[in-house]
Formats: sequence, structure tokens, C-alpha cells
Amino acid sequence: MSLVIVDTGVANLSSVKFAFDRLGVEAVISDKVETITKAQRVILPGVGAAPYAMKSINAKGLTPALRNLTQPVMGICLGMQLIFETLEEGGSPVKGLGLVPGTVKALNTKKLPSPHMGWNTLTKKSDDPLLEGINDNDYAYFVHSFAAPVTNITLATSEYGEDFSAIVRHKNVYGCQFHPERSSRVGAKILENFLKVPA
Amino acid sequence: MLARRIIPCLDVRDGRVVKGVQFRNHEDVGGIVDLALRYAAEGADELVFYDITASVDDRTVSPDWVSKVSRSIDIPFCVAGGIKTVEAAGTRLASGADKISINSPALARPELINELCDAYGRQCVVVGIDTFEENGTYRVKSHTGDPDKTRETGRQTLDWAAEAAERGAGEIVLNCMNQDGIRKGYDIKQLSTVRKVCPVPLIASGGAGATEHFEDVFKHANVDGALAASVFHKSVIAIPDLKADLKSRGIEIRL
Repeated sequence: MSLVIVDTGVANLSSVKFAFDRLGVEAVISDKVETITKAQRVILPGVGAAPYAMKSINAKGLTPALRNLTQPVMGICLGMQLIFETLEEGGSPVKGLGLVPGTVKALNTKKLPSPHMGWNTLTKKSDDPLLEGINDNDYAYFVHSFAAPVTNITLATSEYGEDFSAIVRHKNVYGCQFHPERSSRVGAKILENFLKVPA
Repeated sequence: MLARRIIPCLDVRDGRVVKGVQFRNHEDVGGIVDLALRYAAEGADELVFYDITASVDDRTVSPDWVSKVSRSIDIPFCVAGGIKTVEAAGTRLASGADKISINSPALARPELINELCDAYGRQCVVVGIDTFEENGTYRVKSHTGDPDKTRETGRQTLDWAAEAAERGAGEIVLNCMNQDGIRKGYDIKQLSTVRKVCPVPLIASGGAGATEHFEDVFKHANVDGALAASVFHKSVIAIPDLKADLKSRGIEIRL
């Protein structure tokens, strides 16, 4: 299994790599179009601010290649947000990679502390090979202020002030709003499933 | 529902985990990676590593052991100790830390909080506050790693907590120094007061000695997480038992 973690120029690359190491799969960290395109699985990680991350991806000239990937792709946390068409973050909306339809918005936490930080429960909305062995009320580790609304591409939701998409899938592209690499047994299972989903 | 977090804190000195009483008289309690693995396996929700002498010795927490910890565990962890610049924070995040916590350097130069938030997002910026109660007022101290170098900051705790959040802290850890290491319970009164002015997640620190203390701090101070060190290091409280007890007492807990 060849697995590439896209070096988007924002931090948190090694913790994702280590998570796959624990599963016995060596991931390559790369920002080379050829390496990314040829990989059997692609991970789009990310932490931080969307405008900064998109600027970095565009500056590296990766956007056209990422839009044309046909193998299974998974965006994690900010990486999940970047796969959407539009991100309403910062002063004016940012154009995302557009791999999946929809808009990422500020999470309305009502009177709860923000950002949404900690272990929260998942609720499954539809069956998918990615969710094999994952049950309702399993906990995953979240840390974010923005989120994708619940739509027909939502595989699982979570709730903090309002319901939002915890996991999405559109064709070959998956997204996890939480950090599977930091979500203990549940996260490891999801990463393991991602390696097994049909190409 | 979002679970309340149980957070073992590992004070690190010279590459080992140590624990003192009211920030003094440190004793060795084990290796960094060994304890990290043990706590992750026992169900800790997160770990915090404080390189307690980094600020006072004018050093920065080493990225080498940050990377070793990140490689070993599958729960989030935060590192702290002498991180004064955006670059120093970036090195630790790149080594696999999920969050970085700043304390004395933020007091010396509060703009650091804004800079870290702009560079990496507020979700990985934690501000630790060492607070001391005297005559009914809460005041912030700095450089608490060495009692001989501890300084008064002239700041009030409530003002500083609000300012830190306003500048871009994504979480506040409140170390109530009067309670540290004496296991008589968290400072519920102070934590409740800070909770009211703190719009970001708040973590209680200092004073945990029994399961009831955790129950009280979640129920009465409404904090997002509770940090403790000596009760875990010395096996006074076992994390699996603590979490099961709290769950049975109606607190949202990840088992």
C-alpha cells in the first residue's frame, strides 16, 4: 500500500505519519505532484487557518493535481474543511479545493466555550466501509471552530451547540473533522478502514 | 455529548518526570515515554508535559522527546516550557505535539499569544496561568518552576484570563498554586469565577486528591477538564476507576 501525506505547508504532519506507523504502514510525506498522483491512498492533513493553508497549497501548485485525484483521499480536520467548495473563514470566503460539495461555516456553539475541544460522540447517518466496526456513541477527539453542516454526504454527525458533519464522503473523497490519529482505538480503526476501502 | 477530560500532567525535568509539592522538593516518578504510554492505556483523555525548568533556565523544551511521545501515543498531548517564539512553537508542533502551552513568555510579551494564534490557529494555543490567592484576590505569578526565581507579575488572574482568550488562546489552564500538590480539592470558588469570564475551554489544575474532587470541579465549576499529577503518579487514584466512578455519578466521561 503506497500512502502519501500531502505536505500542505501547515503543521501536524508527523503525528498522522506516526499513526500509520502504528498500523504498520509507512507513509511518505510529499508535496510533489507526481508522488501524490501515483499513491494508492492520499491524506490531506492540516491544522490552523484555512486562508493560510489554501494560500500555501496554491503556492506549491498542488491544487489542480488534488482536484483530479481518483484514488481514495482523506482530509483530516482542517484538511477535511479544505476539500469543500467554500470556507467562510476570515474576512471574506475562501475558495476550497472543491472535491466535495458544500460550504464550511463557523460552528455555532451557542453558550458553550469555543473552540469545540475534546472527546465527543459520533452518530452514524449511513453505512460505509469507512465506518466498519464504529458504533454510535464512540468517542473521537475534536478541536476546531469551523465545521461542515449536515448534508447528504454526511456519514456521521457530532453535536456541540449544533449538529455538524463529523465524517463525510463524496465519491472517492472522505473527510474527518476530528483527529483520527489522536482518537485512540476509534481513530486507529477508521484509519485502518481507510486503507481497506475499495479504490 | 462532549466528554469532560481527565488530564494527567507530567512535569519534566532533565528528561524525567518529576513531582514536587507546591512547586518544591521534586522527586523522580519515571520516564517520559513509559508514563505517557501507561496513562494513554489507562484511558487518559489528554496529556500535558511541562518542562518545568525551561523558562527559569532560559532553555526551550526539547523537540526530541516531543517526537518520541507523539510516535508512541494515540491521544492528544500538549507541551510547555520556555516556548517564546512562533518558530519554537512551530518546531514542537511539527514534531507531533497537538498543542503548545505558554505561561511566563506570554506574561513577558502578551503579543506572543496573537502571533501563535495567527500562525497555527487558536486550537493549538494554550495559556497556562499560575494563580495565587492572597487576602481574597487572585494574582498571577511567573517563573514558578523554581521558588527562588518566582516573580510577582502585578496582574490580576481574572483580567489576564480574559485578555489571553481575547488575544487568541484556545484554552486556559488555571494552576491554583495554593492547592498544588496538597490533595485537598480544586479551588472551586476561583475556578467558577474564572469560568464566568473565560469564553474558551477551561482546565482546572491543582489540588486533586480524591474522586469527589473531580466530581465537584466538573459539577460546580463547570470546567472542561481536570488536570492532576501526584494522585496519578503515586497511584492514589487509578484512572479507569476514577472515570467509571465519575460516569456513574452522572458526569459525561469517555470510557
